[in-house]
Amino acid sequence: MSAIATAPAHDHHDDHGHHHKETFITKYIFSQDHKMIAKQYLITGLIMGVIGIAMSILFRIQLAWPEQSFWVFEALLGDRWAPDGVMSPSIYLALVTIHGTIMVFFVLTAGLSGTFSNLLIPLQIGARDMASGFLNMVSYWLFFLSSVIMLASLFVESGPAMAGWTIYPPLSALPEAISGSGTGMTLWLVSMAIFIASSLLGSLNYIVTVINLRTEGMSMTRLPLTIWAFFVTAIIGVVSFPVLLSAALLLIMDRSFGTSFFLSDIFIKGEVLSHQGGSPVLFEHLFWFLGHPEVYIVLLPALGITSEIIATNSRKPIFGYRAMVASILAIAFLSTIVWGHHMFISGMNPFLGSVFTFTTLLIAIPSAVKAFNYITTLWKGNLQMNPGMLFSIGLVSTFITGGLTGIILGDSTLDINVHDTYFVVAHFHLVMGISALYGLFAGVYHWFPKMFGRMMNKNLGYIHFWVTAVGAYGVFFPMHFIGIAGLPRRYYTNTNFPYFDDYADVNVIITVAAIITALIQLVFLYNFFGSIFFGKKAVQNPWKSNTLEWTTPVEHVHGNWPGKIPSVYRWPYDYSKTGEDGEYVIKGQDFVTQTTPLQEGEEELNH
Amino acid sequence: MTVFLVIIVLALLAVTGWQISKIFQLSKRPDADTSQVANDKDNHLHGILMLAFVIFLYVITVYCFWEYGRFYLPEAASEHGGEYDTLMFISIGLIMFVQIITQGLLHYFAYKYKGKKTQKALFYADNDKLEFIWTIIPVITLAGLIIYGLFTWSDIMNVNEDEDPMVIELYAYQFDWRARYSGEDNTLGKANVRFIEGVNQLGVDESDSYGKDDKIVTELHLPVGQPVLFKFRSQDVLHSAYFPFFRAQMNVVPGMITQFGFTPTITTEEMRESEYMVDKVKSVNEERNEKNEELRAQGEPTLDSYEFDYFLLCNKICGQAHYNMQMKIIVESEEDFNAWLEEQPTFGSTMEESSENVDRPEDTAGVGTPENMEGNDDAEGENDTENSSQEVDAVAVVE
Repeated sequence: MSAIATAPAHDHHDDHGHHHKETFITKYIFSQDHKMIAKQYLITGLIMGVIGIAMSILFRIQLAWPEQSFWVFEALLGDRWAPDGVMSPSIYLALVTIHGTIMVFFVLTAGLSGTFSNLLIPLQIGARDMASGFLNMVSYWLFFLSSVIMLASLFVESGPAMAGWTIYPPLSALPEAISGSGTGMTLWLVSMAIFIASSLLGSLNYIVTVINLRTEGMSMTRLPLTIWAFFVTAIIGVVSFPVLLSAALLLIMDRSFGTSFFLSDIFIKGEVLSHQGGSPVLFEHLFWFLGHPEVYIVLLPALGITSEIIATNSRKPIFGYRAMVASILAIAFLSTIVWGHHMFISGMNPFLGSVFTFTTLLIAIPSAVKAFNYITTLWKGNLQMNPGMLFSIGLVSTFITGGLTGIILGDSTLDINVHDTYFVVAHFHLVMGISALYGLFAGVYHWFPKMFGRMMNKNLGYIHFWVTAVGAYGVFFPMHFIGIAGLPRRYYTNTNFPYFDDYADVNVIITVAAIITALIQLVFLYNFFGSIFFGKKAVQNPWKSNTLEWTTPVEHVHGNWPGKIPSVYRWPYDYSKTGEDGEYVIKGQDFVTQTTPLQEGEEELNH
Repeated sequence: MTVFLVIIVLALLAVTGWQISKIFQLSKRPDADTSQVANDKDNHLHGILMLAFVIFLYVITVYCFWEYGRFYLPEAASEHGGEYDTLMFISIGLIMFVQIITQGLLHYFAYKYKGKKTQKALFYADNDKLEFIWTIIPVITLAGLIIYGLFTWSDIMNVNEDEDPMVIELYAYQFDWRARYSGEDNTLGKANVRFIEGVNQLGVDESDSYGKDDKIVTELHLPVGQPVLFKFRSQDVLHSAYFPFFRAQMNVVPGMITQFGFTPTITTEEMRESEYMVDKVKSVNEERNEKNEELRAQGEPTLDSYEFDYFLLCNKICGQAHYNMQMKIIVESEEDFNAWLEEQPTFGSTMEESSENVDRPEDTAGVGTPENMEGNDDAEGENDTENSSQEVDAVAVVE
């Protein structure tokens, strides 16, 4: 594999011209090229995203007009799950469960982190490819396999998993308790086990690549914040995903082999089960030991992407580079010791609740630093309102709105009465769902020219952004209010509680906003797939960016740079840097690429 | 066939859209900017839209607080609830303050510094003092909140045993609740699902003398002003006992006993008469009446008029009828409560009666049998056959 040489700059020989001729299969299917794998991740993630969002529309329709007949239910769910076009309670729970699973893992973990880690790590650190192209390929195909299994579980006779995306046992362990806990749940667990393997292979690869394959001059403090985010995300993934795997394995054993890790004292369907001595609370601990870091696995890449995009489009350095890196590290560290805030009222010792409240509220500090730094980056900038920039600003907005309500949920006292209500749904959708999706969109708009050599249509991008931005707040802002009024989540209908009757109108507003927001994503899909084939041909550096990926040719070559790998002489944020004379460092150009050596009389700031 | 037509129509629409976009492209002047990179015009437009967006945010915030703010639960009906609400309002006030300022700054800067060809951005990479300020401010504010929260938390969670709270077991199963009062000894008899048999639906240990005076009921009555300690037990899967009006919640976990204590302070009657609840019930009933007119027109059964009652609901996904797992709670004066409790049969008497009169199923019906409830097909089947054979016996006796 000479193609993957570390190739420092003085390494003059170039052995890239003479690799094997590629066939269709090695180029597009079993590709080991990180750029192709990134595209595979992205397109698979988008397809899963379409399915996940469509599911949310289905159950939102049920929530707005409970137990009404709709042809769309009959058409998509069939007679079994929607007799006479009325959604059944079981399939409602199944849709909620699979929506959560798909969006969190398949779209926002694989689709976002998988895509951009693969695309940007080698390109931005100046490497020919990932440390192991083969493992990278395996990682994608395991992800693909797990997606197929997850989707296959939708067609199982007894229904897909229905126990919520957190799959708490005993509900998820006992087919007697709910039909989806039969074959559907087995497939869910198998799919997730494969997904975890895929994620681990990917993460290990990212870590090794960032540590070992940086080009000459690319010290850790010269890394773009995207890479810092991907790097730290990969570390959290490696630390926490194996714990979910262990939880899944133990659950498989409880379900299939009669062990009692999570089950005890259960009487169901007229008989006592033999399980004794297990504890569902143990499962909750194991699950949330991944589950909480998972939030940051989803969010940090999005924050990394926006850091880069906001700096580029503000034509300003990101404010407080070191503080940004430090807050990424702090968030990553804290994220592994806050999982208990999902369990304040799970029955664990209240003292633990106090500890987790403390650590949880601490995490607000680095988050606040990040938000303030973004705002300061905009200050006195020269903002280029490209669609990627709009989505980045949108992310900061939803990150603040959603993050602030975390102060209520992270406080064990306040959690008592809003736990598992729509307040929680509103909170995490804004702070991790919408924010991470905005990060994904921002990244796609920004790096589309790098991925496909063409530009996306900006006007369609603008329409996409503004309707989505208004729609997303339209969906999730009112939700806080019905949540704080005590409306529980995961209720098939609220009509059995006349007390909740006057929230029905709010549910209709939310659903209408959700349908509009979902439909406008079609504009994005049209723009995305249309631009792949018909978009305007991109120039090499359309956004006038400093980072290394824009020094590669528009046409993809295996190994990224046709000649030797460029060396790096500065950090990536020298936008609008001026010399003592008040002129830009390079006359008439407000950016200085990382490959530009320090100019005469120029000082490198100690960032 | 319709599907086929729909597909054709969609395909034609797509072709139309594609052709129209082609026409637009062709009709563009050759010198038009086609780079797909934002130009000054775009920057200007979207800068203004950013400002419009933050105004939109403020408007929906005000609208939601104005219109939906009244949804916030009524005055807490428990002793600790007041403290809870105070902490909640302080937190909401604080986060709304931060929200309005930061969103304002973010979008205002986006508007103010929208790009122009002639504009030069300020190279401003670092300022330790600023960063220190906005690290230390959250630290101090959060420290305050954490400390306040923790004191309240330990107040709520550490049950004061000196007050001698009344112990009540809440028993959850798919998809209903039972309450077991601990009787005069204020001690619950031991119980385990393995003891479930016949009328002993909660699996109380018959050999434990503490259990003899326990009383099992389907409706939760609480005396006002008296501390209550709930012990939660589940028969099958995780449930969560959520008492929104009392600002109380605790998961119900199979295999372990969890607990939560509070003191109810407002009786059902008082709550019904409160201004909040009178308005609320009125608005709910108005909506129900509207719906009833529709239902009547369709010839379907109408909804009952609503009267407020406290309720307990399940707040942890527990199966397909999770959305309707509720229990009525009645808070009443001590005398009313005692009179009501007096009428309830003790566990000991129920067991005795059932062993004496094996062939009189009516007696056991009062206790309420989990197996007879929905979603428990097997058990239901068994009970049905049992009942019918018992009916045959009864008929024979009459003859």
